[in-house]
Amino acid sequence: MSSVTTKRRKAAVRQSRRNAGPSKKIKAKGIWSIGDRIGVVAAWVAGLLLCTIAASITLFMGWKGIQYVTWDVISSSPEASLEQSKVGGFLDPIIGTLLLTLLGGLIATPVGVSVALWLTEYGRPSPLARFVEAGVEVIAGTPSIVLAIFGLLIYQQGVMSPFSFTADGGEVFGRSFFAAGAAMSLIALPFVVGGTREGLNSIPKHIREASYALGKDKASTIRRVLLPSARRGIATGSTLGIARIAGDTAIVVVLLGASLQIAPEGNIPGIDVLRGTGSTLTSYVFQNSPAGEGNAPEKAYAAAFVLLMIVIVLNLVVSRLTKKGQHVWG
Amino acid sequence: MDQQYLGVFDESKDPSKKADPTNQRVELMLGALASLILVFILGMVIFVFLKGLPSFTGNGVSWFGSGGNVDEQLANIFNSPAEPKDYVYELHAFPLLWSTFLISFIAVAISTVVSVFAAIFIVEFAPRRLELFLEPVVKLLAAIPSVIYGLIGILVLVPWINNNLITEEMRASVAYVIQLDGSSVMAGVIILTIMIMPIMIAIVTDSLRQVPRMWSEGALALGVNRYRALTTVSLRAIRPAIVAAAVLASARALGEAIMLAMVTGSIGFAPNPFDGFLFFLEPSRPLGATIIDGAEGLSVEPFGQTLYAFAAILIISTAFLSFAGWAARRSLARYSIGSAK
Repeated sequence: MSSVTTKRRKAAVRQSRRNAGPSKKIKAKGIWSIGDRIGVVAAWVAGLLLCTIAASITLFMGWKGIQYVTWDVISSSPEASLEQSKVGGFLDPIIGTLLLTLLGGLIATPVGVSVALWLTEYGRPSPLARFVEAGVEVIAGTPSIVLAIFGLLIYQQGVMSPFSFTADGGEVFGRSFFAAGAAMSLIALPFVVGGTREGLNSIPKHIREASYALGKDKASTIRRVLLPSARRGIATGSTLGIARIAGDTAIVVVLLGASLQIAPEGNIPGIDVLRGTGSTLTSYVFQNSPAGEGNAPEKAYAAAFVLLMIVIVLNLVVSRLTKKGQHVWG
Repeated sequence: MDQQYLGVFDESKDPSKKADPTNQRVELMLGALASLILVFILGMVIFVFLKGLPSFTGNGVSWFGSGGNVDEQLANIFNSPAEPKDYVYELHAFPLLWSTFLISFIAVAISTVVSVFAAIFIVEFAPRRLELFLEPVVKLLAAIPSVIYGLIGILVLVPWINNNLITEEMRASVAYVIQLDGSSVMAGVIILTIMIMPIMIAIVTDSLRQVPRMWSEGALALGVNRYRALTTVSLRAIRPAIVAAAVLASARALGEAIMLAMVTGSIGFAPNPFDGFLFFLEPSRPLGATIIDGAEGLSVEPFGQTLYAFAAILIISTAFLSFAGWAARRSLARYSIGSAK
């Protein structure tokens, strides 16, 4: 039985060779040279490596998260103690993260949208526009640690004293939610600009012309037609920026002070929290890792898991927005 | 009809604009806000540089040189007398600069190669399902905060290196200079490579997809295989994108502070490449991590100034790199891919 099949296969191979013409010669040379084969193997290895890394990071963090995240850790405030691993949770850092992302997003979105509007709708004189475009790239490439200590330099000036705590000697502390939020908005800014520009660019020219034809001028076209149409792009950019803010550590370590709990400053409700210092999930993870002072790996894993969940949810929002955002222009 | 109309319409000659000053005001306001970005960058560079200037002038060219123990020098600066005229500035920052360069360069070199192959895999060879799966995976890897990478590094990778790669002889051979405990250049490079790879893969994949199908189909019609067609036609067309990706990734790598502060051991030591493999296992500390480590001491005047000097170096190099990346991508849009569309 098996000999019959092998015979058939051999016959088929012979047949195919005959059909392919002088295929023997080409085969001897090798259509796929050794280099090509190595290249393909390398591509597969690289691709599978990527899958492995991603899978191991997510599974590892998920496993640690299930082990260490309890309702208790999420809902209680951090407490100073010799044995960090036993006392307190990270409610304050979670609030800190939410507050900072909100603040950064609130500053970055209007500024970023305006910059993107000017770049796409006006952009004159064009050398200036090119420079602004490059400037946005430069901000995107500037390390957050540099933004952080530049922010500190600014917020330690006497003029900026309303935004943070002033010591008895008149020295301005320069570290507060205000300061950190302003620096964080710079991290989100390039994403907002990019998202908005993409949204604006996807609006066909005839939509603008239709608006002009109805007698609207450019300003009201922007307000009534372009901005509403580009809102998905704006939302995408802001969400990406907010995800970046949630994940940044350097600015928090330098500009938010080092207090574990949220420490309000002054006596105006609402503003006092923003003037005060605090912590976020990122700085909590950093402080509780062996590199920081707390050294409570279980807490660090738990906080990192919560942080990862926040970032993943924000990214899911983005991919949902971009998938739905394929507006069909009639 | 439509085309004709498009040709006639010229926004700059739009009569409604001249009639109404609101438009001009809107344009002016938006333009001013956008230009504020340039003012901000200029201000940032100038302020940070001026603040760090005493550290540069106090040392001259020897700031960039090597000599002595950097950590001791930094401690001396931190503990310098309170009188401004007695401030200590002596610093030879070479170990920190070398560490920054070394870690970023190796990580970018590895990740360039790996991400080009990974992009080839995603675009050409991956089964459809895997391709659909990989795209969000790349985005996810790019979005993971650096502190999480650092945490995994310090709690998993560093102990692993300490237990499996460092032998007792190695420890003994360098015991008179430094202690090997697993936090090393190698841990930093591995994690940094994983961190910057997704950015590069995303850029390279996007550009590979934009290469017109006709080009690679032309190559395929001439009888070359899929891999050849990809490397000789598509990869060649997107060379500027690969350069841009590598440049942007290096900017990210240079500025990475938190993760490297966690896994590279935080010792101002310049690993010597002539030590062989041992060199990868030696601790080190790049500029960004030094700023993080010293963040508590920023209010000590001379120490703060020294940290601002580090920041000035970082800001100038990353601004240059971002600008180069922007220029490379523009050239891509203008000459290679854009012209074919």
